[in-house]
Amino acid sequence: MFHNIGEILILFWQVLLALPQLWRLRHKVYDQLAYIGLASLSMVCILSLFIGGVLALQTGPVLVEHGISSVLGGMIGLSMCKELAPVMIAILVAGRIGSAMSAELGSMQVYEEIDALRTMNIDPVRFLVLPRMVAIAVSLPVLVLFSIPVGWFGGAMVCDFNQKIAVSFDSFFQNLREVVEVGDVLNGLLKSFVFALAIGIISCHQGLITRGGPRGIARSVTKAVVNSIVLILILDYFLTRFLLYVQK
Amino acid sequence: MTPPAQPQGVTVEVRDLRKSFRAVEVLKGISFQVSRGERFVIMGPSGSGKSVLLKTIIGLLRPDAGEILIESQSIQNRAVRNQYRMAMVFQSGALLNSMTVGENVGLYLAEHGLKAPAEIDVIVARVLESVGLKGLENRAPSELSGGMQKRVAIARALVVEPQLVLFDEPTSELDPLMAVTVGEEILRLNERTGATSILVTHDRELAFATAHRIAMINEGRILFIGTAQEVQRSTDPIVQRFIRAELATPKTQ
Ligand SMILES: Nc1ncnc2c1ncn2[C@@H]1O[C@H](COP(=O)(O)OP(=O)(O)O)[C@@H](O)[C@H]1O
Ligand SMILES: [Mg+2]
Repeated sequence: MFHNIGEILILFWQVLLALPQLWRLRHKVYDQLAYIGLASLSMVCILSLFIGGVLALQTGPVLVEHGISSVLGGMIGLSMCKELAPVMIAILVAGRIGSAMSAELGSMQVYEEIDALRTMNIDPVRFLVLPRMVAIAVSLPVLVLFSIPVGWFGGAMVCDFNQKIAVSFDSFFQNLREVVEVGDVLNGLLKSFVFALAIGIISCHQGLITRGGPRGIARSVTKAVVNSIVLILILDYFLTRFLLYVQK
Repeated sequence: MTPPAQPQGVTVEVRDLRKSFRAVEVLKGISFQVSRGERFVIMGPSGSGKSVLLKTIIGLLRPDAGEILIESQSIQNRAVRNQYRMAMVFQSGALLNSMTVGENVGLYLAEHGLKAPAEIDVIVARVLESVGLKGLENRAPSELSGGMQKRVAIARALVVEPQLVLFDEPTSELDPLMAVTVGEEILRLNERTGATSILVTHDRELAFATAHRIAMINEGRILFIGTAQEVQRSTDPIVQRFIRAELATPKTQ
């Protein structure tokens, strides 16, 4: 990934330059949106429910022991929207969508479909990369927007039903509402937008540089997913630093 | 046999073309000239650099040295290249698998906004019919046989109304009947439009039946250029060996 960083930035720049032609490609964007959204929505909900749940399960008894279980709602509320939802959903999407993008573009490269486009004077960046980038940049924040309340709900359920925690549904959400602000949710959405761009550009770039037949495609998919996840976690740290600084 | 003098084709000249990948020199100084409307066939063993040569001519690969001229102008210059309509029929067909047959064929017109959608449908239907694939617009390329895919690829090239068409082994992997059909299609395209055609093939029958001239290429060099009769009468041992070897071995890429 790191020795290709220049190429990746150039590709990103080319996508930005192609952006004005988006309107003509809107149908391709809709196709990609439907594909990403439908493929991931149920998975996102299940994942978020359990993340919220396990968060409550791990922290609840400890907080009860110290007699501060009343802060559970706010704590789970914040960690879900600022950290866990954007990061976990981005990792999920890297696995599902990033892999599909690199596999598709990789096979188009290997089977000369991209060469064929070039001979027809059709720019592969505009025709293939741009719609995918736009679709992932729109849909990942939307998925996170679903993920956050589902995660809260999962946390609240566990707090309510688990005998050791026994924080009622209402008091969980009352505390959550006192602590979590709209800005915290926006914080998570902004993160997920940046992650989406990272997944999209890495996966498309990896697809386009695929060489060497079916085995090359498999190698590209692995690289795209692993590199996306590594980059998500690195970016997450710096974005968090940045957002803490800005929100002060 | 002299090439028909038709207005639509263009002259092509390749001058001392060289291309290496890493340390391996694939094209070692290729030169030839093709006149307007000529059917120029390139034959040679696998790995001799035929596909690389075609991809360099169409502009997918950048030559390390040498020049390609169309109508005596170098097409290193993008602006010159864009003056001419060129098309390539890939060895694999290279149809876009995520699109239907009709969308593939109409892609060039649609993407460049050259025709209204309704007009494109009419043109696509007509062109598909001309390659014997009437009514298959809504099929996915993966549903078609190898021969049908190749013909779709030819249809996609036809739509461009090219002045220069490059065919990379259009009949490989086809059964003999289909190979004849595709060969006839290539001949008809050339005769109807006068487009200059450069054809890479292993198929001796196709070569001898369609070529105005044949070039023999081996290990990145041209051994011989001449008419079908001249090639058959050539005393060059490598050319003779190649033609006999071609008879003895099955077609490969
Ligand atoms: N993109 C590439 N990168 C590295 N080597 C290549 C590339 N394309 C072709 N080659 C090499 O160039 C040689 C000629 O290939 P090619 O032109 O496909 O042969 P053919 O005459 O069978 O069409 C082969 O040895 C092939 O490995
Ligand atoms: Mg070849």
